[in-house]
Amino acid sequence: MLETLAFYFFAALTLGMAFVVVTTTNILYAMTSLAAAMVFVSAFFFLLDAEFLGVVQILVYVGAVVVMYAFGMLFLNASKEVQERKHAPKIPALLAIALALVLVALLGAPFISHYAHSLQESLNPDLNTSNTKLIGYVLFTKYLVAFEVGAFMLLVALVGAMASALKKSPTKDR
Amino acid sequence: MVTLSHYLVFSALLFSVGLFGMLRRKNILMLFFSTEIMLNAINVAFVATAHALKNIDGQIFALFMVAVAAAEVAVGLGLVILWHRKHKSLDIDTLARMRG
Repeated sequence: MLETLAFYFFAALTLGMAFVVVTTTNILYAMTSLAAAMVFVSAFFFLLDAEFLGVVQILVYVGAVVVMYAFGMLFLNASKEVQERKHAPKIPALLAIALALVLVALLGAPFISHYAHSLQESLNPDLNTSNTKLIGYVLFTKYLVAFEVGAFMLLVALVGAMASALKKSPTKDR
Repeated sequence: MVTLSHYLVFSALLFSVGLFGMLRRKNILMLFFSTEIMLNAINVAFVATAHALKNIDGQIFALFMVAVAAAEVAVGLGLVILWHRKHKSLDIDTLARMRG
């Protein structure tokens, strides 16, 4: 129980800190939140019974790497805001989100299969129960993907119909 | 109960955050920070797999990765400082002049 709690706590903290690192424009904020993220990652090593690696993580990353960055920053002008050319800012976010979805689907497959398996067991498709119940069970377990794709297709059809219908009226006005 | 999949999903998310930074940022130091995040995500995955398999090899690999990351930072930071002295900028676009 405590392990689960600690896992989620440190997972949220680490992801938040990493997100601050990649989005902030101030290099000092980025460096300090990177150090915080490294310390929080070491918590996972302690949770996984890798005490030595946890200590090494804190010593090497926070003690050496981030301090090295700090010394490097003495040569660079760290106090001013980072000016960056913005180019197609949505594409990296889309790519990263797509990769996250694919990786979560791949690595989280045990969850999903476990979920589907327990659903399958609870399904127990005896034809004596009422037909509505049976259809509901089968539709939302075995044919869930087909159901979702069908829902998405309906949404696309709705939006497409509205778009093609609305296109005509402004041209008529002109 | 926290299983291996929890750790792997977490490490995938952390890796994606690092990749997002890698793609989006234009400052060389920020790119270095993003690589650190990605390397740490892989380390977590290695240690979690080693824990699940009751094996120590994953931890050893993670340890080597920490060492390699430290070496990479030392060399990379030296190059970055040289570059900053020469061009007064850390923007990745200035690297385009390396195109010969």
